[in-house]
Amino acid sequence: MLKAFASYMTFDLLGLDRGSSLGPALEFFIYDTIKIFLLLSVIIFVISVIRSYFPPEKTRRILSHKKVFMGNILAALLGIVTPFCSCSAVPLFIGFVEAGVPLGVTFSFLISSPMVNEVAVVLLWGMFGWKIAAIYMGTGLLVAVFAGLIIGKLKLEKWVEEYVYKFHSGLSHEIMKQTFKERLEHAKWNTADILKRVWLFVVLAIGIGGFIHGYVPQDFLARYAGSGNPFAVPLAVALGVPLYSNAAGVIPIVYALMEKGLSTGTVLAFMMAGTALSLPEMIILRKVLKLQLLAVFVSIMTVTITAVGYVFNAIL
Amino acid sequence: MDIKVLGPGCANCHKMEELARSAVKELGIDAKVEKISDIQEIMRYTISTPGLVVNGRLKHSGKPLPGLEKVKELIQTEV
Repeated sequence: MLKAFASYMTFDLLGLDRGSSLGPALEFFIYDTIKIFLLLSVIIFVISVIRSYFPPEKTRRILSHKKVFMGNILAALLGIVTPFCSCSAVPLFIGFVEAGVPLGVTFSFLISSPMVNEVAVVLLWGMFGWKIAAIYMGTGLLVAVFAGLIIGKLKLEKWVEEYVYKFHSGLSHEIMKQTFKERLEHAKWNTADILKRVWLFVVLAIGIGGFIHGYVPQDFLARYAGSGNPFAVPLAVALGVPLYSNAAGVIPIVYALMEKGLSTGTVLAFMMAGTALSLPEMIILRKVLKLQLLAVFVSIMTVTITAVGYVFNAIL
Repeated sequence: MDIKVLGPGCANCHKMEELARSAVKELGIDAKVEKISDIQEIMRYTISTPGLVVNGRLKHSGKPLPGLEKVKELIQTEV
């Protein structure tokens, strides 16, 4: 139905020629814009409602004194549904430690939360289809569990800043009570807020996609940075870290790159490096982690994400 | 009235502070808005910032931020 509407707009209302390069490009643009905004609105709304049931205080209670492995899996999953602003990484980290959440489990949470975020997943879904989105989400969870397990195994508690262990807040933080109607209202408000922040990037991404769809040769990048080039993945990881601002901002770039033949594994690695290893978050985490632990964390993540890139380049 | 905005200082925390100040102004009440960035002090109330504390009671914590109308409502419950 959306497709019919888009072609009606382009070819009947605007009277563009089906054989021109502009016509199909515009049809594609209209179709994709509507589709992605529908997806974004519905999914962000649903996630916002679910999230209102998982404030960090509750997640902390669930994870407190959990065993390694099961705890890591649970933490990675809770990372998706617990709303968490990067600025609260410090109080959250201290709060988790105080409540007896193992260090590795805390890391699984801290990794999965920004990496598997709803905006990134929905945009991947809308732009590249549900399979890529599901692969990104599944792999993101796997990376979070794996990296958390390793950090737990290495017993790096000594590289957490000492003051963290001396903290006593009493763990008595209350959980805000909300009625169902309040949750819905809040979710509606949040959806509108996120759409307001990302719409320009999304339109830009689809616009660039539509443009190069019609004009730039299909294998333009495949020749230089396709799966045959062994340096593509490390380069994507290295570029992902400083380039990243938010999932929406990076999507136009990713979309353009993938349209023109950059392989899936490389794109996934780029997105993951950007979300999981952002510089501002490192600076925030430095307040609770000693430099050694921060370095171990960054190394494990870099190696794991690079491996993910190679694996998916090989099998997809 | 005593209003505290809890946050170590990211974009969301600044927005929360602006919201609190605008709400106070629009409500035309006499209130002191204070930004708290000390972790020890923040953690007396919550582990998820940004937070809003009115007269010592936690009224909001974490993401997503409330809208201006909601902030006005939260403040008014303590008037």
